[in-house]
Amino acid sequence: MSVSATSDSSETSEGPFGSAEGITELQNAVIRFAGNSQDGIQTIGAFLAKLAGRSAREVMTYMTIPSTISGGPSIFQVHLGSGEVLSAGDESDFLVSFYQHSYDNHIASLKDGGICIYDSDHVEEIKKDERGIVHVGIPITSTTVEAIGGSARDRGKNIFVLGLITQLFQLKKEKLVSLIEKQLGRKGEDVLRNAMLAFDSGFAYPVGDIIGQQFDLKEGIEKSGDQVTTDGNTAMTLGLIAGGVRYGAGYPITPWSTIMEQLRSELPKYGGLFVQAEDELGAVSMAIGFAYSGHVAITGSSGPGLSLKMEALGYATMAEIPLVVINVQRGGPSTGLPTSVEQSDLMQAIYGSHGDAPRIVIAPKNVEDCYYTAIEACELAKEYSCPVIVLTDQALASRIEAFSEPDLSKMVDPKLDLGSRGEEFKPYPLDGLTRHAPPGAPMAEGKYPVVTGLEHDEWGHPSGNPEMHQRMMDRRRNKLKTLAGALTLPEISGDESGDVLLVGWGSTWGPIRESVSRVQSRDISVGAIHLRHLNPLPNGFEKIFANYKHVVVVELNDEGLYGSGQLATLLRSRYCDPKISSICKTDGLTYKVREIVEKIEAIVTSS
Amino acid sequence: MSSATDEPKKLTKKDLSADHPTWCPGCGDFAVLAAFFKVLEKLQIPHEKICTIAGIGCSSRFPYFVNSHGVHFIHGRALPLASGVSLSRPDLHVFAFGGDGDGYSIGGNHLDHAARKNINLTYVVMDNFVYGLTKKQTSPTSPEGFKSKTDPTGAIDRPINPMKKLVYGGASFVGRTHAAQVKHMMEMFERAIKHPGFSVVEVQSECVVFYPGIFDNANPRKGGEFELIEEKKWDNTEEDKARHDVTDENSAYELASLQYPGKFGVFYEADRPTKNQLEQQWIDASREKVGEKSSAEILADRFASMK
Ligand SMILES: Cc1ncc(C[n+]2csc(CCOP(=O)(O)OP(=O)(O)O)c2C)c(N)n1
Ligand code: SF4
Ligand SMILES: [Mg+2]
Repeated sequence: MSVSATSDSSETSEGPFGSAEGITELQNAVIRFAGNSQDGIQTIGAFLAKLAGRSAREVMTYMTIPSTISGGPSIFQVHLGSGEVLSAGDESDFLVSFYQHSYDNHIASLKDGGICIYDSDHVEEIKKDERGIVHVGIPITSTTVEAIGGSARDRGKNIFVLGLITQLFQLKKEKLVSLIEKQLGRKGEDVLRNAMLAFDSGFAYPVGDIIGQQFDLKEGIEKSGDQVTTDGNTAMTLGLIAGGVRYGAGYPITPWSTIMEQLRSELPKYGGLFVQAEDELGAVSMAIGFAYSGHVAITGSSGPGLSLKMEALGYATMAEIPLVVINVQRGGPSTGLPTSVEQSDLMQAIYGSHGDAPRIVIAPKNVEDCYYTAIEACELAKEYSCPVIVLTDQALASRIEAFSEPDLSKMVDPKLDLGSRGEEFKPYPLDGLTRHAPPGAPMAEGKYPVVTGLEHDEWGHPSGNPEMHQRMMDRRRNKLKTLAGALTLPEISGDESGDVLLVGWGSTWGPIRESVSRVQSRDISVGAIHLRHLNPLPNGFEKIFANYKHVVVVELNDEGLYGSGQLATLLRSRYCDPKISSICKTDGLTYKVREIVEKIEAIVTSS
Repeated sequence: MSSATDEPKKLTKKDLSADHPTWCPGCGDFAVLAAFFKVLEKLQIPHEKICTIAGIGCSSRFPYFVNSHGVHFIHGRALPLASGVSLSRPDLHVFAFGGDGDGYSIGGNHLDHAARKNINLTYVVMDNFVYGLTKKQTSPTSPEGFKSKTDPTGAIDRPINPMKKLVYGGASFVGRTHAAQVKHMMEMFERAIKHPGFSVVEVQSECVVFYPGIFDNANPRKGGEFELIEEKKWDNTEEDKARHDVTDENSAYELASLQYPGKFGVFYEADRPTKNQLEQQWIDASREKVGEKSSAEILADRFASMK
């Protein structure tokens, strides 16, 4: 973060802001709001993220949500910057504490020399001068109550703080006010009026004078095209729609639910439908019904729900039904850590079924990529007629990023093909891709197909012939091998050869990329690749691996009985290469850059 | 291919027959299939619009024996799959078939939900009081005392009452018939198909191998009595008072509570909006709001709200 252009000041002895009075220019700033979820701290973060999108700043957010409905301690962290912002930040530069518990639990996340603003109505006066931290007590609650007039109690605290931040960082007030008007105006005049009273009161509060300086958070270079700001689940939802999904079914489970909720309201606008089923088995079955009917269909869930869908997914592989399945991973097993992040469903996604049931598994790396991965999933499902599982996760689901508005000019509406199926209609040709005859399509020869989960011949007739089972098994496997051959290897970032190659997948992309830059500055040569296609894997990784002393797979899952995470296990099994090792953890939190860097250094020094 | 001037070809039993059924000789399910063909011949539904869907079991092999678009799915989940077909394809006639294990045990919860949602489709249960395909285990309708491979000394669990389950679940048409009564079966099927909404016909269909004779007491040819429900004619006569009001849920429960083998016919029939209609209303209202916009424009609006 900070005064200089780098985003890392943790090693400099000075505090992040120097000591000069006046205005300090900032390239990046990590601000953590710590309070209770019912205080609407997410709202502050969401407004700041949106503003960043409108001001050519990069942004990434991170939040924790209590798993109980009645609320509880929660944080929202925003990383704003004019350079590339790859992670939500290991530590914060600014901390806003609404309560004593917020202060006690989060002061450690503040950098040396950082600034801690606390609500002096709830937090005991802080006199100590620890680690050069500047403590600023502001009666947030009482000032808000005073501003609004008391009737709404402390409801507007979040907006008060937003005003405070706007002033402290010299953010564009007009832009922010228009965002507030747009968002809160919908909730009625009273709500908006109170919010503006709170905002103005925060904006007028002389926080800069108290700290003795103000900050100017630089805007970046204007990007071409418009920026949109949203979270991963929303981006995924819209990607599915862009990919042609018009029908789907699901059952609520955190953190998947917001995708199904959005599809439920959005799809009717496109003439489609999303159904809340009685359970996950019903949901996947209904989605297969939609797909069989000739539509691009989806179902989705989080870990435990994906397990429930497994039998039907085996059917979809056997009957060669195109089906997109979204799995928003969370901490497991069982109910586990429902509102925390993990990448522990990879094996389940690839292998979790009875019999040998090959399917496609892909994973997005950031919020923007959720959109494009969803589109790719739809295309792959149509082309290869099998389940395509998209592995996103809790961290991606809820964090907010800004990205360029997608080009919608090539979007095509899905069409039902109910044309007559000609003579010699073979749904499962041994030498070609699957064909479909949805109900409603006349069959020229007068013979109608029954789609089955029994092993079958090329015409789909049940067949127990041992040779046919082998050939059909080959066929279902070879489809995916064809796909593997068509995939390109991921790009290498950082050094193209040297000490360490980091391999990642999914939401760990940002921290891994940031680790590369940090390690490079310490005389270790390091490169990184990030895998989107997890099953099948593209061919040819051995050529990349050969250029490094260590191949280190960074994952948010357990190291297992044999010391390898889930992707590492797959790569070791495919390449039989003992230099493939693992960095794993399951604390339910995203990777801190420091955690990866320390492990890399340990691996390099121990060899 | 037919052109516009051609007389549409009549759909016959021959067109509709597919593989010869693999059921054991004498299995009640043969008669169910025959009755189904006859009703389709009578109703003349366009061939390509017929869709037959089933789970797993002897009875669930039904789609293989009908030459129509069909799905042989997994055990117990035919109804949610059929719901997907029905909800997304209003042009089709959707039929689901299955047994007592498939429908009332492993798929029991799906049945309740398809019923309460009043999905527009017709479901035929071939109830033989036993698991046929897996060779004689206790089923959810096996009577207490039935000796099966999983209850060698006789079933001890109380069987479910399918008619009560169906009425309670919210099925908007509930009929009961017997595989030895082809005419009655046809009447039930025809009424079920014409009923808009979730219509179910429970057929007592004998498994001659694992539970022979169980339905004889409702078969006059075997010395039993096939007692029909007399439905109200609304003719203001004294006799009519005693007749059954199919729209009355309580009377349906009373019929369902009769001592086995009970009565046959329509237990319940209600005029209730289907999920298909209700969802379509929402779709229409949503479409009206977006006006003439293309999908890309609707999506672009959504992105605009995120700027
Ligand atoms: C998930 C699963 N569990 C169990 C089975 C085995 N199975 C197949 S059919 C069946 C019971 C069939 O009984 P019913 O539905 O009454 O049909 P019937 O054969 O009597 O017509 C069972 C237990 C299966 N195919 N799949
Ligand atoms: S086992 Fe019973 S139910 Fe199955 S086909 Fe034979 S007679 Fe019919
Ligand atoms: Mg049975």
